Amino acid sequence: MNAPFSPATAATAQASAPVAAARTGIATALLRHPLLRPLAALAILLLIDLVCIPGFFRLEIKDGHLYGSVIDIANRAAPLMLAALGMTLVIATRGIDISVGAVVAISGTVAAMLIGGTMVVNHGVPEYVSRIPMAWALAAAMGAALLCGAWNGLLVATLGLQPIIATLILMVAGRGLAQLLTDGQIVTVYYKPYFFIGSGYLFGLPFALYLVAAVFLVVAVMMRKTALGLFIQAVGINPVAARLAGLKTAALIFFVYVFCSACAGLAGLMISANIKSADANNAGLLLELDAILAVTLGGTSLAGGKFSLAGSVIGALIIQTLTYTIYSLGVPPEVNMVVKSVVVFLVCLSQSAEFKKVWQRMRARKS
Amino acid sequence: MKKLLASPYFTSLVTVVLLFVMFGAGAAAYTGLGSLQVVLNLLIDNAFLLVIAIGMTFVILSGGIDLSVGSVLALTTMVSAWLLHAAHWPPALVIAFVLVMGALFGAAMGALIHYFKLQPFIVTLSGMFLARGLCYLISINSITIDDPFYVKMSQTRIDLFGAFVSPSVVIALVTLFVAIYMAHYTRFGRAVYAIGGNEQSALMMGLPVGRTKVLIYAFSGFCAALAGVLFSFYMLSGYGLHAQGTELDAIAAVVIGGTLLTGGYGYVAGTLSGVLILGLIQTLIAFDGTLSSWWTKIVIGALLFIFCLVQRLMAISAAGRAAKAPTALAAVAA
Repeated sequence: MNAPFSPATAATAQASAPVAAARTGIATALLRHPLLRPLAALAILLLIDLVCIPGFFRLEIKDGHLYGSVIDIANRAAPLMLAALGMTLVIATRGIDISVGAVVAISGTVAAMLIGGTMVVNHGVPEYVSRIPMAWALAAAMGAALLCGAWNGLLVATLGLQPIIATLILMVAGRGLAQLLTDGQIVTVYYKPYFFIGSGYLFGLPFALYLVAAVFLVVAVMMRKTALGLFIQAVGINPVAARLAGLKTAALIFFVYVFCSACAGLAGLMISANIKSADANNAGLLLELDAILAVTLGGTSLAGGKFSLAGSVIGALIIQTLTYTIYSLGVPPEVNMVVKSVVVFLVCLSQSAEFKKVWQRMRARKS
Repeated sequence: MKKLLASPYFTSLVTVVLLFVMFGAGAAAYTGLGSLQVVLNLLIDNAFLLVIAIGMTFVILSGGIDLSVGSVLALTTMVSAWLLHAAHWPPALVIAFVLVMGALFGAAMGALIHYFKLQPFIVTLSGMFLARGLCYLISINSITIDDPFYVKMSQTRIDLFGAFVSPSVVIALVTLFVAIYMAHYTRFGRAVYAIGGNEQSALMMGLPVGRTKVLIYAFSGFCAALAGVLFSFYMLSGYGLHAQGTELDAIAAVVIGGTLLTGGYGYVAGTLSGVLILGLIQTLIAFDGTLSSWWTKIVIGALLFIFCLVQRLMAISAAGRAAKAPTALAAVAA
């Protein structure tokens, strides 16, 4: 969704200097690029880190793994990035999915329960045995997440319930169902291969980042190279017009909710593999809110329509960097919430057309 | 029968019937449930939820949503506890201060929503983060309240037909009656319904849309603060983790009480039955003893689903009656 090269501004530049005109054209195009604001926010945060935290950008290689604060931030942001990717499409259709945290709990619980795992000592060598083959367990967990998504999609697309209330049902009941499965206990996993999803390394980088990159690439290609992205945007801009234009709006809306839950399910696997257990009560708590925040920070309007997948990923990185910065600066972590809310207020205001008008009026009065 | 189905208070009526059926079934199944004190305990334990849900009803009637109420409640308990404990303010001043604080907090959010055309969802969401964060700025630990007035309010029992209620119940019920009056017999209430029905029409009719919207969120913030005062009577402590997720309980109570989330349709009195149903589910599960606490969540989720479904089907059939043409139905289904 690049901002179009603006011929109007190029024309106002001096015609006798085409090179300069092209340069200002590129400059305005860059200035108007929708990713500018989120990237600038991230850059400012990183700059603060560079100045205030010694050795922030230092990377080290230990046992063939890349270590460093930047890698750590990206790794910890992985579940949030996934959830934000799914949420982006939902928000693009004017919807909202507040059941993300519950789906995280459900998929993590299903995987952890099916794998379980015990340590068996064979001839003095500890071996990890899973209850059922891991592939099946992962498939079942993703299946559960897809079911959740289908449920949300059914309520929103077929029954026409308001998205926030339709997903509120699963948000309330989902954690209850996950607790029902585990009988209220925290399920611990003793099975090494499973941990790889959450804390493994591949070619020196955390494996979770590859998963995020894969999901991002698949979705980006689907949105850019097929008409799907355009259709989703059309539904968000005007659902009735999109339907009258012949789009299968219900099917599209159904799809985005299933996709969002699939992302949440994968995030759930990551979280439970990382903490080596499934906590139906606390896994992914408030993740939906952070995901919505990431999407908003990334420049996607909650009113639907135009969306930016890359923006949402950057938004997730901003949130995680903010958290990291606050922790490293020695500010009490509780302040995090206040800072987060102030950031959201500022971002929302900067997106508001009314605020711009007021701002311009104030500037005009000054001059 | 058809007339009853079409009447505007049908879903609210369903809730009341369901409440009685659930209570009757519970009283038949578990000994001791069918006593007056159990009924009054429902009110005692849920007085704060009732007050919050009343504020939420106005917000939802106007077509908005307020996610900050649970955090404002926590902030109120925290500020009251801190003012009593560290600053030694007299209780009356503390209560007045926190009520004004809640109302101002809500008004600020309402102003952002109206004047900058921001989405209520995102504004109140960051309001929720802000209020919780402010709690932790005061203290990350729980602060006990040992002020004699608060202790007295917590222990006083008002006798009623051989059973008793707490002063909080009286405050909650007074709030309910004031709210019913406001919703149905004042200009403010009329404007709330009009905005929920169609904001643009309300504006064209010359109703004070901006002022009303700010007032709605201010009222919701006030109710959240009042609920916080009741909650601090109930718990005798201030804590940043108090009442997590209460905003969802309140929304659920309002929806189960028969108010449409799209706005413009519903009754403040219905919210009372919604709150009582939520409380009754918990009581039934506690009386059963074998069911675990998570069943509460599952049952509330299921109830929410059923009520949304009923509302939806009613809306579709009403649209079908209004215009027999199939296009109207299709428009609603979209």
